[in-house]
Amino acid sequence: MFMILGYPAPLMFGQLLLGLINGAFFALLSLGLAVIFGMLNIVNFAHGALFMLGAFVAWGLLNFLGVNYWVALLLAPLIVGFFGVLLEKTLISRLYKLDHLYGLLLTFGLALVIEGLARNEFGSSGVPYPIPSQLQGAMNLGFMFMPIYRGWVVLASAIMCLITWLIIEKTSIGATLRAATENAPLVQAFGINVPRMITLTYAGGVALAAFAGVLAAPIYSVNPNMGANFIITVFAVVVIGGMGSILGSIVTGFGLGIIEGLTKVFYPQGSSVVIFVVMVIVLLVRPAGLFGKAA
Amino acid sequence: MPRFMMFGFSRPQLIAFLVMVALVAVAPFVLYPVFLMKVLCFALFACAFNLLIGYVGLLSFGHAAYFGMGGYVAGYAAKAWGFTPELAIIAGTLAGGVLGAAFGWLAIRRQGIYFAMITLALGQMAYFFCLQAPFTGGEDGIQQIPRGNLFGMISLKSDLAMYAVVAVVFLFGFLLVHRIVHSPFGQILKAIRENEPRATSLGYRTDSYKLVAFIISCALAGLAGGTKSLVFGIATLTDVHNAMSGEVVLMTLLGGLGTIFGPVMGALIATAMENYLAQAGAWVTVIQGVIFVACVLAFRKGVIGVLAERLKIQL
Repeated sequence: MFMILGYPAPLMFGQLLLGLINGAFFALLSLGLAVIFGMLNIVNFAHGALFMLGAFVAWGLLNFLGVNYWVALLLAPLIVGFFGVLLEKTLISRLYKLDHLYGLLLTFGLALVIEGLARNEFGSSGVPYPIPSQLQGAMNLGFMFMPIYRGWVVLASAIMCLITWLIIEKTSIGATLRAATENAPLVQAFGINVPRMITLTYAGGVALAAFAGVLAAPIYSVNPNMGANFIITVFAVVVIGGMGSILGSIVTGFGLGIIEGLTKVFYPQGSSVVIFVVMVIVLLVRPAGLFGKAA
Repeated sequence: MPRFMMFGFSRPQLIAFLVMVALVAVAPFVLYPVFLMKVLCFALFACAFNLLIGYVGLLSFGHAAYFGMGGYVAGYAAKAWGFTPELAIIAGTLAGGVLGAAFGWLAIRRQGIYFAMITLALGQMAYFFCLQAPFTGGEDGIQQIPRGNLFGMISLKSDLAMYAVVAVVFLFGFLLVHRIVHSPFGQILKAIRENEPRATSLGYRTDSYKLVAFIISCALAGLAGGTKSLVFGIATLTDVHNAMSGEVVLMTLLGGLGTIFGPVMGALIATAMENYLAQAGAWVTVIQGVIFVACVLAFRKGVIGVLAERLKIQL
């Protein structure tokens, strides 16, 4: 066994992988938050609850309808996305003319409702979700044993981030979206249905959260609190990266995941706060965020 | 401004204030004093929070940090150092203020929605700190905090004696917030809320004003938390948890943002609701969420705001 900086290499790489996984979730969630904020001017506090909902939908599909993991990976984001359409149409759309803070308060309330209902139904301990048979076991990479499922999570998130980036930056739909983010009335004047676009943007961002939720289901136990603990850290990630840039959200998400993983090796007590400490440093050095435009 | 203003109160406000004082004085003989003390502590906490959101337009989403830290420090001072209650409460107030100065100094670098997210994240950091710091007792919290003797002489063991102290603390905090809001300083805070660039262009250093308001609010939150830990003899993680931050937002929103009496009314309703729904378990969270949604969509002025509108007065 060889050592890195006095720590056994497998421990190091193991934590690095865990960090990458957390980073993958940070990236997917902060990406969705950034897209939603750009279009709706609302910080979606319910994002963590919808991440949790994605995991529970996958669990429900498996246990009640016998739908397997791979189909759930596609179906759960669609279902949660549709739920997002309902939320946007019935509740959130009433707030666009008000101060941004009301959007935050409304979605905070929604998060309380969704998480409270889940806690009533399933208790706080949660339910298990099995790793799909194709992804069980571990692979010997020479320097460490990598559980295949964990590798898959990193890969799948990275691909999903890439797809989202490509859609927003390289397609005509994405171009319209970016234009509407800059100046919605003008885009509407060109005959584009902006309200529908806003609804679909919300659904899309929420679907990303649900996708992350399904990926997370076999790793963490599926429990009602899984999103609540995550979302605050994701907010810190968003403050660090700034919500201006798509690529920025992805890079910041993965980067902070790795930093958190490494902290677990070198200074375990600090791992729960390291991202907040990074946030403090960024606020001191570059208040607008790493990829943010100065306000 | 009308001529008959007293202490910054207009006539309807003065009447409402006197009614409130009378109710605070009579209530412990009618209702359970411990419940009332809880209401008063939360009412002070909500007033402190309202100073920021109602009058400066700053949504601090991590206010539990200052409330809880005030509770821990006051409790620790009373138990480990044998501070008398008034000194312990002052220590809690200072703790809230100092923590608020540090966090506020960081958070005012960003505006609007980012400010809310930063204060939330810093609040979570404070929570993790309290979870691991040796003096907070981790999961157990600080237990059996003595109420002690006021000024070293008057025993606060009886609930009525303690209630008198809590009532005085609450009224002091309430009047202080009111006085600040109606001072020239408060006028500038409101100018910042309405239009910060314009306040800057008029030559005000808005960041300094925001920071001072933030520190005052946090110190008052610490005062409320410190008092609460003496009342119940316990300081735990519940008071620093972000759910508590959410609760104070709910109280203020429900009572009426930017009204003087709103936070008090909101604290009363929310605490009473929790008391009656204690058996309902997780449904409390669901109900709180529904109230949030309903308030934001249809009831943005809050109970007192609507009342004031109906009566065509300011409350």
